[in-house]
Amino acid sequence: MYNFEFERPSSVDDAVQSLGGEALALGGGQTLIPALKQRLNQPDKLVSLTGISELNGISMLSDGRLSVKGATTHATVAEQAREHYPALADLARHIGDPAVRNRGTIGGSLANNDPAACYPAAVLGSDATVVTNAREISASDFFTGMFATVLSDNEIITEVRFQVPSSANYQKFLQPASRFALTGVFVAKFADGVRVAVTGASENGVFRWADAESALSANFTQSAVENSSVSPDGMISDLHGSAAYRASLVKTLTKRAVAAAS
Amino acid sequence: MSKVTMTVNGRATSGDVEGRTLLSSYLRDTLGLTGTHIGCDTSQCGTCVVHVDGKVVKSCTMLALEADGAVVDTIEGQANADGSLNVIQQAFQDHHGLQCGFCTPGMVMSAAALLKDNPKPSESEIRKYLEGNLCRCTGYHNIVKAILAASGQDVSVVAAE
Ligand code: FES
Ligand code: FES
Repeated sequence: MYNFEFERPSSVDDAVQSLGGEALALGGGQTLIPALKQRLNQPDKLVSLTGISELNGISMLSDGRLSVKGATTHATVAEQAREHYPALADLARHIGDPAVRNRGTIGGSLANNDPAACYPAAVLGSDATVVTNAREISASDFFTGMFATVLSDNEIITEVRFQVPSSANYQKFLQPASRFALTGVFVAKFADGVRVAVTGASENGVFRWADAESALSANFTQSAVENSSVSPDGMISDLHGSAAYRASLVKTLTKRAVAAAS
Repeated sequence: MSKVTMTVNGRATSGDVEGRTLLSSYLRDTLGLTGTHIGCDTSQCGTCVVHVDGKVVKSCTMLALEADGAVVDTIEGQANADGSLNVIQQAFQDHHGLQCGFCTPGMVMSAAALLKDNPKPSESEIRKYLEGNLCRCTGYHNIVKAILAASGQDVSVVAAE
């Protein structure tokens, strides 16, 4: 690792002041520290967000949405979101391993937007709002491609507000070496329709499967998507699975999620 | 260099570290606590697992400065006060839960965290909890047995000796 300065501010305002230039925000470091070891990045300063108490915690908002603060760890979401949004808690409980879940944060995961990460599927599938120190961003505008988001360099995710569906389920087909999703599908049933968000499959990162959404909105059963399929064009192809395999997984996992959420 | 202070195995410690100094390096190189092993340095193997404020973390994937002010527990602090093996360590010995021993510090620290939250885990809960701890020798059965035994449960449910 190249060396860098390290700061650990205690407020969001101070953290924003410390960013800029070649500085990077550090969440739980479960992706960034390995990336720095490989010299994939060379910040002159890391600004740790884990000492900021206003960035930690889970609560229900008066409008019925679930608020998860930006530096909340996966372990905390797994434990504390269970009574409010079980499918989200369950997703968090299967990220990485226990040690990773004790450090990794929701904001870090979303800002990184790994094309195989779990959280982006929940955020897009729940029509969540990503709140930063500067603005509120709808999930459909937030993700802009593999490892890319609309965040600017000195913008910090302070909170994610999830719409809570009447039922939901996340199916993760594990890539056992990385513990990321080889493909993962989040299905969420709301009063006004069903959302289906897919991670791990597309070269552009998380996406919504529109055909399945309309079929499932009309009829929330496994058979509703029997005649739908996603094209393997633009799907990730690697030694773990071809594009066609991933396209097939999308459908299979969608059906499993529907069965589990029914 | 920046000054870092933390309580390690009940003892106040401090040292000068760089921004990039890992918690694992601070423990091993600054404090000489080499029981915390570095197997992969890429967050896969779990040989570097320690407790920070009571929670398991991979010390190869945490900066020393991130642990400033924290309470850290390592394998060196696990034995009983009289120096004898604690329940988990003794169970690893009794059930042949180690061969080369390289993974063992991480296994014991993970097991300790598991049993604190879940004093009577099932076999499958143990296996799931250890998903971030790799052992290249034992085939895991005896590790799982040791943890079951340490929790006071019957080990005969686990397949091979
Ligand atoms: S050395 Fe830390 S996980 Fe392998
Ligand atoms: S005993 Fe050798 S790696 Fe586990």
